[in-house]
Amino acid sequence: MLHADMSLEPLIEPHVLQTGGLLRALHAIQGALGWIPPTAPQSLARAFNLSLAEVRGVISFYHDFKTQTPVATTVRVCQAEACQAVGAAKVTARLAQAMGVALGQRRADGAWALEPVYCLGLCSRGPAAQVDQQLLADLDGPRLEALLARFATEGNR
Amino acid sequence: MKTLYVPLDSVAVALGADELVTALKAEAARSGTEIRIVRNGSRGMHWLEPLVEVEVDGIRHGYGPVQADDVPSVWAAGLLTASPHPLALGPIEDHDFLKRQTRLTFARCGRIDPLSLSDYAAQGGWLGLRKALTLTDAAIRGELQTSGLRGRGGAGFPAAIKWQTVADTASPQKYIVCNADEGDSGTFADRMILEGDPLSLIEGMIIAGLAVGATRGFVYLRSEYPIAKTVFAQALELARAGGWLGDSVAGSGKSFDIELFIGAGAYICGEESSLLNSLEGKRGEVRARPPLPAQQGLFNQPTLVHNVLSLCAVPTILEKGGAFYRDFGVGRSRGTLPFQLAGNVRHGGLVELAFGVTLRELVVDFAGGTRSGLPIRAVQIGGPLGAYLPTRLLDLPMDYEVLAAQDAGVGHGGVVVFDSSVDLATQAAYAFAFCAAESCGKCTPCRIGAVRGVEVMDQVQQGIDHSQNLELLNDLCDVMVSGSLCAMGGMTPVPVRSALRHFPEDFGL
Ligand SMILES: Cc1cc2nc3c(=O)[nH]c(=O)nc-3n(C[C@H](O)[C@H](O)[C@H](O)COP(=O)(O)O)c2cc1C
Ligand code: SF4
Ligand code: FES
Repeated sequence: MLHADMSLEPLIEPHVLQTGGLLRALHAIQGALGWIPPTAPQSLARAFNLSLAEVRGVISFYHDFKTQTPVATTVRVCQAEACQAVGAAKVTARLAQAMGVALGQRRADGAWALEPVYCLGLCSRGPAAQVDQQLLADLDGPRLEALLARFATEGNR
Repeated sequence: MKTLYVPLDSVAVALGADELVTALKAEAARSGTEIRIVRNGSRGMHWLEPLVEVEVDGIRHGYGPVQADDVPSVWAAGLLTASPHPLALGPIEDHDFLKRQTRLTFARCGRIDPLSLSDYAAQGGWLGLRKALTLTDAAIRGELQTSGLRGRGGAGFPAAIKWQTVADTASPQKYIVCNADEGDSGTFADRMILEGDPLSLIEGMIIAGLAVGATRGFVYLRSEYPIAKTVFAQALELARAGGWLGDSVAGSGKSFDIELFIGAGAYICGEESSLLNSLEGKRGEVRARPPLPAQQGLFNQPTLVHNVLSLCAVPTILEKGGAFYRDFGVGRSRGTLPFQLAGNVRHGGLVELAFGVTLRELVVDFAGGTRSGLPIRAVQIGGPLGAYLPTRLLDLPMDYEVLAAQDAGVGHGGVVVFDSSVDLATQAAYAFAFCAAESCGKCTPCRIGAVRGVEVMDQVQQGIDHSQNLELLNDLCDVMVSGSLCAMGGMTPVPVRSALRHFPEDFGL
């Protein structure tokens, strides 16, 4: 069994007494490390006085918490209705082709991943996506070509 | 020194507003001109974003959409003196799209610096709260009752009834919880207010706290809104520093404070009981009712859960009186609703109007039809659990009861337009797939039903055992409607059945 990871304590400790502390601690861990490492559930269970199963249950419930090692670049492309209405499927297919991965998949070397997202609140100017922290709307024409080109060059390096 | 406005709103930023600000500053530095750039909220004319405004003699003139590349030419033409240019729009508040609206909740959005206490106060901010502080809690609830306000999160439940229940339930600790999960595709009004006029939500929540006897508030914000998170967190700091939150709200001796909480990517956490579980740090599973959250909500204490737009309507209702608000609208749908025009539209964005406006006015007069130029074929209103309507129903007025009679609903005011290339069977299949992905898993009709729905739709689309599968589809919808614990499973049949009823040809009928 994995032991609690002491290095996570500074990330967990500030949230122990807060409302919804477990989710806040998970956000803090993921924010700092880019994922929820396998040692985290044990540390969280101890800090919040919960069973391991309860902690794992929370982690698996939410789409945001990733238990795989982080990738360098994540493209989240909107799949929801308003973006569907302006060609999200086509944009997704072109991204998948340029990135060499299917939707929901990552490149084996950890360079990037293509993930679905259900609405970024940019629905008046779709198709929409988010590349790491950067929001992108009107992902069509030149804006899409620029994004695709980015993967083409990076991929050829 | 000239003042320019460039929105910090997510849509503007996603279209290059930050790069535009950099370019404007560079141009100013190059020409040795001093400028001040205010990052405002969006006016809601999203096809014009990024929209730059320049203030000349107290009038704001617009240019848009302006990309960083356009700056040299716009600047050279005389941006700072509001001189003509192909991208010039003239005095922005005279724009037809804005002039035809009735902006109560969005009166300030786009006009003010969202993070300026003085701008907020100068544009009518805090007047509702000041009024509330002179009233008894019962009198505040009386104004709300008069206004006829109904919940803007989707269900349209009369707000005053909920306020009364929370007020009547004795407890040493009550809570105000603002639902800013805004998961519906095609909706962004909550986001726009959080980014463009966050203090108005704070004001609404304080008033609600006074009215029901709650001293603590939470805003549950979805994680997909990073800019709203930053702006709202700063607004909370400002409000605290200004004495609007804390032990003595505006020196009244009454305490109220608000915490921001970030969700973790789960559509179901918009459902209020799931949201409360999530806010307690648990899995966002739906709770069986009774008890109602108003009686036993957060940590089993009486909790008033409201959508952002419901709470943001409150300051106006207190400032101008419940009767003022009630006098807008039709039937039992009172006041205004910020409609959100999305999907395949030419002029997408936010349009606040009194209830009673027709769908045609929204999608034709305001949105200008489709962006693709193809004819409109379907309009989905009310998010992923909302109905797909055909063009022959475009003259329906936006009214809770009228829409309910058509098995449709206004929901959170999202209007998503599809052109003639849409296939409604694909949309129905998607409705099931979305439900399967986002179901909390607590009850079988939803958890299993959604997966079965995907399978059945697959067969329908392939024409396998066609009539049996359509019958199965119908049975499945019946089971989900009658057997689901919440509206996720219970209303997934709404988009499915509306698609089948209004567009049978797409189902091979
Ligand atoms: C699946 C599902 C998702 C929902 N999502 C939201 C949401 O994102 N925002 C919201 O305000 N209400 C949402 N609701 C409605 C809430 O349960 C609740 O009715 C609302 O927050 C009450 O506030 P109101 O009275 O101001 O509308 C959702 C309901 C369901 C069943
Ligand atoms: S209907 Fe679906 S989302 Fe709602 S409680 Fe049941 S399983 Fe959960
Ligand atoms: S539906 Fe894609 S951003 Fe809202």
